[in-house]
Amino acid sequence: MAGHVSHHSSSHAPAQGPTERLAIRCLLIGLALLFVGLFLLLPLASVFGEAFGRGLKPYLEALRDPRTLESLRLTVLLAVIVVPLNIVFGVAAAWAITRFRFPGKPLLVTLIDLPFAISPVVVGVMLLVLFGAQGYFGPWLREHDFRIVFALPGMVLATLFVTIPFVARELIPLMQSRGPDLEEAALTLGASGWQTFWHVTLPGVRWAVLYGVILANARAMGEFGAVYVVSKPVPGEIPLALWVDTLNSEHQGTAAFAVASLLAFLAIATLVVKAWLESRQHREMARGQTSHSE
Amino acid sequence: MSSPRPRVLPGFRLTLGFTVFYLSLLLLIPLGALLLRSTQLGWAEFWHHVSSPRALAAYRLTFTASALAGLINVVGGTLLAWVLTRYRFPGRRLLDALIDVPFALPTAVGGLALASVYSPTGWMGRWFARGSALGDLFGPDGLKLAYSRIGVVIALTFVSLPFVVRTVQPVLESLDRSIEEAAACLGAGRGRTFLTVILPALIPSILTGFTLAFARAAGEFGSIQFISSNVPFKTQIAPQLIIEKLDAYELEGAVAIAVFLLAISFVILAAINLLEGWTRRFQS
Repeated sequence: MAGHVSHHSSSHAPAQGPTERLAIRCLLIGLALLFVGLFLLLPLASVFGEAFGRGLKPYLEALRDPRTLESLRLTVLLAVIVVPLNIVFGVAAAWAITRFRFPGKPLLVTLIDLPFAISPVVVGVMLLVLFGAQGYFGPWLREHDFRIVFALPGMVLATLFVTIPFVARELIPLMQSRGPDLEEAALTLGASGWQTFWHVTLPGVRWAVLYGVILANARAMGEFGAVYVVSKPVPGEIPLALWVDTLNSEHQGTAAFAVASLLAFLAIATLVVKAWLESRQHREMARGQTSHSE
Repeated sequence: MSSPRPRVLPGFRLTLGFTVFYLSLLLLIPLGALLLRSTQLGWAEFWHHVSSPRALAAYRLTFTASALAGLINVVGGTLLAWVLTRYRFPGRRLLDALIDVPFALPTAVGGLALASVYSPTGWMGRWFARGSALGDLFGPDGLKLAYSRIGVVIALTFVSLPFVVRTVQPVLESLDRSIEEAAACLGAGRGRTFLTVILPALIPSILTGFTLAFARAAGEFGSIQFISSNVPFKTQIAPQLIIEKLDAYELEGAVAIAVFLLAISFVILAAINLLEGWTRRFQS
């Protein structure tokens, strides 16, 4: 799988074996903590520090701003449209790729990963070339008074593009390793195709689907570049990430950080669910190994 | 692997049909439209846009800053992967979860926060600002971190941080520890064992991680929007130049530079595919 990290973090306990002197170990751990502190922890902490730095009142005021609430509504709406489509696509693609042989399969797998390699700004330019005023469908759209770019459909298309790989890339390796035996058995026993899918396939892959969903959701709610190109910076008509940019460029620091803190809470929730799913997966794998050895 | 009896399961036409339809509509048609538009420019005009001095300066900053960010991540990421797989210490699981912050935190928030931390009045930036003891080492104006090229490197390091860690970690976990024991028995110190026994096995995964980090950084825009002052020839990266062209209604110029960046993405993608094949040989 190109274009993205091949697998999740791990909770393997460090193995025993020859190791370094205590002083060296402490030095290395200290340097690693310094690196993470400078690049990840300090910025994350500063979001909350700046957001709450002038007290709770300006923070809540910024969040109660109707333009912020409209941005929040739009952000949730984008995720509600994009994530379900991403699930349907991911499941369909994984089913076709892991259960059948057909020519061009490697090409299809590469195409699914492609959005990870393309700059989001380039994605936005693609949509402008199709639907912008100077784009291929621009004149037709204007004639029929229908807007795609600089309106919701453009933001949806941009977000759909950048999230294409998320669910599919979790499902494909898992369904590949599970093989078709259980599904074939269910069909032989008289289950219909849909019954097989709901009762045999889905229970085995639901956690992987959820894993893909939370990452797709974080990306859908936080996408910046692609949506930036296809939206007008009108307050109340842009998602939260772009509203942060508008507030920041208007030097409304506290408000920008207050809105940013909403997205930071989303990120923390995403990481917590992700860690929970990973520990669950490790427990299941460990259980699988013990039951095999019995 | 696929079943020796292909197509006994239902849903082949439905799922493949939907997959191809979805990819065509969302990915292939927009991609094709961009490429078609660039061919309509004609070679001379395409080249004029792609090779303007401003564009060349923007590519230079984009790719050198991405490469520097990738190198910082090679050192920091390998160190993190090592510490996470080899040592037990309180907070190890939390540290492991934190690595994925750049995947979960919107890049706009990352950029806003980094710009604040590394600005001359920020938690880190103030130590290097004008008049500070450290800043004076760099001249009378101190060292500007945010809003300079250094800020671009900082932001790109942030967005690409997980890649090296997450590609090196599984290889380190699956490494056969008995080889290290053998090296120890033969009298090699830990430093020598690392350099001559462990590191060679990690090279393919480190290279893969570097390339993934580089690819991610080279396309980044969101965080840069906050931390770069967007001055042409100084702190402007290629995606910012595309936005500038769009703001000036120069769609042709934006298309040409976008296609150039796309071509580079394809080259990097091919390199990643080759490297991942190489990495897998060291993992099993």
